[in-house]
Amino acid sequence: MKIDRVALTSARRRSVNVLMLGSTALCAALTVAALAFVLGYLVYQGGSSLNLAFFTRLPTPVGEPGGGMANALLGSAKLLLLAALVGVPLGFMAGLYIAEFASPGPAFALRYATDLLNGVPSIVIGIVAYTLVVLPMHHFSTIAGGVALAIMMVPVTVRGTEEFLRAVPPSLREASLALGATRWITIARVVVPAASRGILTAVMLGLARVAGETAPLLFTALNNRFWSHGWTEPTASLPVMIFTYAIAPYDDWHRQAWAAALVLLALVLTANVAARVMVRRPAVSPG
Amino acid sequence: MTRVTASPPIARPRVERHATGAEAESPHPVKIATERVSLFYGGKQALHDVTLDIGSNQVTALIGPSGCGKSTYLRTLNRMNDIVPKTRIAGRVTLDGADIYAAGVDVVALRRRVGMVFQRSNPFPKSNFDNVAYGIRVNRLASSRGDLRERVEASLRRAALWDEVKDRLHESALALSGGQQQRLCIARALAVQPDVLLMDEPASALDPIATQRIEELIYELKRDYTIVIVTHNMQQAARVSDVTAFFWLGKLVEVAPTEQLFTNPREKLTDDYVTGRFG
Repeated sequence: MKIDRVALTSARRRSVNVLMLGSTALCAALTVAALAFVLGYLVYQGGSSLNLAFFTRLPTPVGEPGGGMANALLGSAKLLLLAALVGVPLGFMAGLYIAEFASPGPAFALRYATDLLNGVPSIVIGIVAYTLVVLPMHHFSTIAGGVALAIMMVPVTVRGTEEFLRAVPPSLREASLALGATRWITIARVVVPAASRGILTAVMLGLARVAGETAPLLFTALNNRFWSHGWTEPTASLPVMIFTYAIAPYDDWHRQAWAAALVLLALVLTANVAARVMVRRPAVSPG
Repeated sequence: MTRVTASPPIARPRVERHATGAEAESPHPVKIATERVSLFYGGKQALHDVTLDIGSNQVTALIGPSGCGKSTYLRTLNRMNDIVPKTRIAGRVTLDGADIYAAGVDVVALRRRVGMVFQRSNPFPKSNFDNVAYGIRVNRLASSRGDLRERVEASLRRAALWDEVKDRLHESALALSGGQQQRLCIARALAVQPDVLLMDEPASALDPIATQRIEELIYELKRDYTIVIVTHNMQQAARVSDVTAFFWLGKLVEVAPTEQLFTNPREKLTDDYVTGRFG
């Protein structure tokens, strides 16, 4: 009978090891490089066009240098405010229901529906908002854009709320119930406050995500070269402005688009980092 | 798992009320009485016909190996088992003679009278003050802000924690040490002025010094409260309790004045357990 001897060193094994380590590390590096490249390129291209006027002035007519995107900044802020005001309470209450009150069957169905809604392409959500808001009102508006973004905020808020409510230790609920608190009071005064920071983080991440959405705004908020008054006029927004300026055949518009992209990315990254820092701070709620 | 060297037959718990010293004319009239209480989690029976009287203003310790039903029994006394789905209870539990499982009993009111301290300290992620004030606030016990402050201070003093936290009332309770957190939880339970205090292994997660402080506190508190304590630690039961009840496999095996139960138990099973032959 022949006995195989296991070689103490194997060239093949070592080379496979090196190959796998090398290729996975390379892919990891490429992932980071993609972000670094985007950031670097935006700063390189947009940094030079970024000045005070960008934040304070309206766009100038074609061919006239200067101008800014103050209206798009304000427009994006109004759209996000509307999205938060409509989408967050709705998503929060739904998440509360799923986490605290729904029995397992309905909870599963609701969670699944929420995930499906989260997966609906944003352009489709734009069409829905167009049908629901733009058609009855007969014109494009901040409200329509806000509704589209609100629909996108709902699933994010639902899942964030549910996840963080479930993470509250059962011992806290028991402590509250054992002190003679009702279920509602326990939820309102112990469970939700304990989960509030996590929920807020989820909402901020959600807002950061929809801040960059272009498709749902194209035929809801449309665009506007001037200030948008109130809530019922079409409005400029950073993503749509970037889109419009980037496909235009003018060099200085391209530069402005780069600047706008840089500002948008900076805002989104700031919100992301702030959210992460917030969730990591030790849990101390003020008395 | 429990390893039993010999397998003695389990006697039906013969509860002699004289033995517990809980007669009507005694200084410890019956505060809580359970009659043939059985409890089921789904199809699994966790308690079998437990009949036990708990005398007022004394400490009753529940001992027994893990899974013997002592915590489950404790939680039937303030109906905390209600929040576990698919639980069913048979038998009768009375507090001052009133059936606490009767239709129309307000569980919230019951839990105000029967407070609870848990195995692992579970302060709310709020300030020390707000932790103690919580029960006072949700039950609307305080007439004014000054009254609230007084009640919080009195509860903290009662739990022997005031001197340690008086300068940091508005700092997070999570910054306290484990032993301090547990005393905060006791203060929080005392703040709603219960008659009965249920303690589920209140010192099992604490170091010896913190444990000693909790035990001293229990000794102090029994003048004003009826205390039922679940403990794994037989020395602790011997130190703090007046009456000890030994549970085994969901059954009450024996209940007797603590000294008697530890030195001269009636049942062989009790003897085997308290002398460390199993469990």
